Amino acid sequence: MSLINYSSREINCKIVYYGCGLCGKTTNLLYIHEKLPHDIKGKMVSLATDTDRTLFFDFLPLELGTVNGFKTRFHLYTVPGQVHYDASRKLILKGVDGIVFVVDSQRNRFDENIESFENMKKNLQLQGYRLENIPYIFQYNKRDLPNCSPVEQLEGTLNKNQVPCFESIATTGIGVFDSLRAISKLVIAHLSRQTAR
Amino acid sequence: MPGMELVLFEEDYTSINEILATLVRETNSKFALLVDRSGQLISSQGDTENMDSLSFASLSAGNYAATSELAKILGQEEFSVLFHQGTNESIHLSVVAKRVILVVVFDNKTTLGLVRLRVKKAVEELSGIFNRIFQKVAERGAEIPSFLGDTFSSVAESEIDNLFKD
Repeated sequence: MSLINYSSREINCKIVYYGCGLCGKTTNLLYIHEKLPHDIKGKMVSLATDTDRTLFFDFLPLELGTVNGFKTRFHLYTVPGQVHYDASRKLILKGVDGIVFVVDSQRNRFDENIESFENMKKNLQLQGYRLENIPYIFQYNKRDLPNCSPVEQLEGTLNKNQVPCFESIATTGIGVFDSLRAISKLVIAHLSRQTAR
Repeated sequence: MPGMELVLFEEDYTSINEILATLVRETNSKFALLVDRSGQLISSQGDTENMDSLSFASLSAGNYAATSELAKILGQEEFSVLFHQGTNESIHLSVVAKRVILVVVFDNKTTLGLVRLRVKKAVEELSGIFNRIFQKVAERGAEIPSFLGDTFSSVAESEIDNLFKD
């Protein structure tokens, strides 16, 4: 749910990175945080366990700058991917404007990706959303590992709506900014269409 | 309505800020924030200069969301008020019009009792404003200015290409 403040001339949008445990959601945000200059990024907040597994969420605010007189911000969040944190995942989706679904491309994670995608749809419904009405993309991560499922197979199974998809190696940054640019543009386009009605 | 943006106009925003400023002054609190339940900071008043307001807002919303779920497990709809007592500073959170969280941070220059009393009044006033805002947004025929046309989209995309690059 974008926040548009006509008085202070601000627009805030929420983008959530979703996916199964250890697929690379936090790695995406860490890379973005490391590479962007200080005037664009805010402080990154990570609520994690002692073993650096996301416990509740990661949060990274980004400032796009002033667009048509409006200060435009994207707030990036990740959800905890481990199965037993489902209650928390649902909460982080509240007010979502766009989703990056991060896929662990390893063959032995194939089923978990499907479960995570179904879980996301279920949690969106519980928040009153429908996936068809929210901009989202797929990021096929860990493409550098030797035991990856072919992208065509992942696409055929997960991306029935043929939304944009990107291959990535989040640990090195490959595909990270491609994904961020794509979802940001989709969110802006969606917002423009809504307010033009 | 899920997916519908929260839109603040000048008149409403001014009223909101006045209520927050009065609350901070009358309670002698450090600062007050209004945060929507998805974690976006709506407004703040008081001494927030040396504080990461965006993170504070995001964490406040997360905190409230988590305790709301705890309430549901206990069979309650939600906890309408949360209070965290610190050694030097304390945090008081309350919900406004079911969709916005009022966060007040105070120290030993005031008392919890006074904060609770004044927050109750502020919540009533803010609820009136936000219910009006939600009504306006729900009735899309109420001519909300549609400034975000093609120009905004193309300019924003250009900025995105410029800033989010390897």
